[in-house]
Amino acid sequence: MSRSRTGLAEEAMAGSRLSLARLLTQVENDTPEGRSALDWLFPHAGRAHLIGVTGSPGTGKSSLVNRIAQAYRNPGGELTPRTVGVVAIDPTSPFSGGALLGDRVRMRDLAGDPGVFIRSMASRGALGGLARQTAGAVQVLDAVGFDVILIETVGAGQSEVDIARLAHTTLVVEAPGLGDEIQAIKAGILEIADILVINKADHPGVANTERALRSMLEMGYSRRRSRRSKEQPDLEDPISAEWLPPLLKTVATEGTGTGELVQAIDRHLVYLKSHGELQRRQYERLLNELDVLVQSTLVSRWHSGLQEELYDEVVAQMCDRKISPYQAMEELIKAT
Amino acid sequence: MTERKIRVLIAKPGLDGHDRGAKVVARALRDAGMEVIYTGLRQTPEMIAETALQEDVDVVGVSILSGAHMALVPRMVELLSANGQENVKLFVGGIIPEADIIELLKLGVLAVYGPGTSSRKYIQEIQQAVWGETAA
Repeated sequence: MSRSRTGLAEEAMAGSRLSLARLLTQVENDTPEGRSALDWLFPHAGRAHLIGVTGSPGTGKSSLVNRIAQAYRNPGGELTPRTVGVVAIDPTSPFSGGALLGDRVRMRDLAGDPGVFIRSMASRGALGGLARQTAGAVQVLDAVGFDVILIETVGAGQSEVDIARLAHTTLVVEAPGLGDEIQAIKAGILEIADILVINKADHPGVANTERALRSMLEMGYSRRRSRRSKEQPDLEDPISAEWLPPLLKTVATEGTGTGELVQAIDRHLVYLKSHGELQRRQYERLLNELDVLVQSTLVSRWHSGLQEELYDEVVAQMCDRKISPYQAMEELIKAT
Repeated sequence: MTERKIRVLIAKPGLDGHDRGAKVVARALRDAGMEVIYTGLRQTPEMIAETALQEDVDVVGVSILSGAHMALVPRMVELLSANGQENVKLFVGGIIPEADIIELLKLGVLAVYGPGTSSRKYIQEIQQAVWGETAA
């Protein structure tokens, strides 16, 4: 590699879309060049509004992303259009390692707009609804100056909640006919919603879905309210801040309700800024990122200092049930 | 070190609505471990080239059953190279007359695959075109 390690990043910052695309590949493949670029770009990032869009497969996430991006590009009236980056993640096959990335099929309205940049990513075995390098890709788009970044997760079921850590505003998209009230009170994905969307609201069964989700939300509200009324408002406690996730109905294919949705997203950003939540979320995210990095680095260092014979021996003892996994761990840690 | 994933864009330029072939190829390439971006019907060459750029693909496959290949493919070659992606491999699927195949190959098209081409053949040729080059 003859070019300087930050060459692509500098060209991308200067507006080269080809360099931006190539840089995203380096970051996605976690190459030395990609890592250096991320180091170099880090001080420039942190300005974009990161919006996560998650929900079950087939609820219309891509179509909604298409509409939201259009709304930011053509805000109407006196408002200045905002530039939009999109990172759309689809699953990698656990058998072949290949992937079919089809989110762009629903985003064709965004084609030809220089203020939009869409990148598809395969999950490559990560389980939280994102790919391992999604945060890096988002950081690149943020640093080169996109105002808004929409992150569409893998079609997520119940516990793919990594998006809430990455995004400032998380949309959970539901559609009629997918589950009953018990689904709505389970822990997990609904809890991470800053905004709940019932898409395909022209389909039958929308009233039932709405009722189930609304009662779930109201239980959450009353819990928050009673906690507040008992104690004095505690500014340190994020729950005492009063963002109540709105429930909105949309038909993304027709654009119905998407104007209100974008207004709600903007209101959430104002709320985050005025309550210090933006800093708090960023702090938590960076802390978490650091934790993960320290852990993986320590593990790989420990691994490289390990004698294979000893490892095999300890594993064999454990498989014979002579020592427990806990004892095996102690043995191995002691040895390095 | 694992082999770098091959990223492929499968696209349908022009007005014909027969996307069965494109989907079968997309699926076969996925099963061969590639990351396949599929964009759906009725794309203009400009849209396809823009997608190829944003996705930084190694390969673009276009499926054309409308007979417009002698207009669409040269335009694709031109746009890819205008975007600085002259190294991207372009292959064509569809029913293409023999004489036109020769012309398309002269333009630098990697291959033209007609009906009945075995998936093993195009998978191998794509892998060789991408990995063969980076290994050299």
